Amino acid sequence: MVSLRGVDKYFGELHVLKHIDLTVQASEVVVVVGPSGSGKSTLCRSINRLESIDAGEIRVDGEPLPVEGPALAALRADVGMVFQSFNLFAHRTVLENVTLAPINVRRVPKVDARREAMELLDRVGIADKAGHLPAQLSGGQQQRAAIARALAMRPKVMLFDEPTSALDPEMVGEVLDVMASLAAEGMTMIVVTHEMGFARRAADRVVFMDQGQIVEEAAPDQFFDAPGSERARSFLASVLSH
Amino acid sequence: MNPLIDNLGLVLEALGTTLLMAVVAGVGSIVLGVLVTVARVSPIRALRVAAFGYVQFFINVPLLALLLLAVFALPDAGLMLPLTPTAIIVLIVYEAAYVAEAVRSGVNTVAVGQLEASRALGLTLAQSLRLVVLPQALRAVVQPIGNVMIALAMNTALAAAVGVVELTAAVNKINLVAAQPILIFSSAGVIYMGIALAIGLAAGRVERKVAIVR
Repeated sequence: MVSLRGVDKYFGELHVLKHIDLTVQASEVVVVVGPSGSGKSTLCRSINRLESIDAGEIRVDGEPLPVEGPALAALRADVGMVFQSFNLFAHRTVLENVTLAPINVRRVPKVDARREAMELLDRVGIADKAGHLPAQLSGGQQQRAAIARALAMRPKVMLFDEPTSALDPEMVGEVLDVMASLAAEGMTMIVVTHEMGFARRAADRVVFMDQGQIVEEAAPDQFFDAPGSERARSFLASVLSH
Repeated sequence: MNPLIDNLGLVLEALGTTLLMAVVAGVGSIVLGVLVTVARVSPIRALRVAAFGYVQFFINVPLLALLLLAVFALPDAGLMLPLTPTAIIVLIVYEAAYVAEAVRSGVNTVAVGQLEASRALGLTLAQSLRLVVLPQALRAVVQPIGNVMIALAMNTALAAAVGVVELTAAVNKINLVAAQPILIFSSAGVIYMGIALAIGLAAGRVERKVAIVR
């Protein structure tokens, strides 16, 4: 579904992605973990070209990423993205946030878009907030609305860029539950997160990144119980010890 | 007795011209100003450069000079328009530069994540600007645009210098006969203050109404 081949990315002098190879199968849930600055967010953002890459190739559903223009917009419509800072449209209600892209990109009739949006909001448990503005919601509710907004486009793959990192601890669970149910339904997902519990519970595969490289790829049990690399061991020791 | 009241018909007609210029040029400058802003933030370099040049030109050339140029030079170039429409067009292109500066500052207040989210959903850049960025940018700059509109209303008085019989020209004419400059021009000043106050209050109302809860 998603494949990266020899991807390199620089921020000026900084080599943030070093020759990344990664393939994600349909319905697979890949959780990307690693220390801050390891390049995992950049990796996630490069898959829908919010970050351009300097070398290599990224394919989504077999198609190479187009350059800027209508073709790229069409590809992005098929790739759902959930951001750390939610990024709900501040001037639109929750319902309008969810219907905006289906109506304007997919040309779904308004009535149908609203009905589908309400079903999605119901599914993420915030149907009662449909008429509210984003600022009137808690962080967890905003992130669930953002997930509904992405799902409304019926994406082939969902990217999560640290979706719980900006949340108060008591709201992390409600967002992870929605993500876990998505994973259980067979959505193809690439999740960048610091939530090791979620990685263990929902991932098919854990990818460990450090200093712009994929250091280790393994099934969650293997990764957490018997990490193969020294860097992964010290990372896990530091995040699991507190 | 106030000579302005003795000449109420003339004063009202001239006030009508002033208001017409202010309203038409106001709407026109907001539309043009937003378009200039779009050009200014577009990914096409030629458009950005052109919009930058536009804004710099009109901010750095006096309005009176532009009015004189349009009224006396354009007919020479074979472009004949009645005086009031000419003045309105000059006001539109002039004030649009100030509107564009205000709207651009509004665009800068819109978080980059808003644009990223709309692009990530598959909206084109034009759709992102129209549906996400500009609505938020404009909400943030209602009051600054109100100030530009007040300046525009006051600037309509300069049209008197090129022969448009608006409020200032009319009271000047009345004063030539009545010779009571303090009373006459103060009264005209009060009318301009009323216009400015009305625009300011309207901007305040609009701002409260469209404010984004954050």
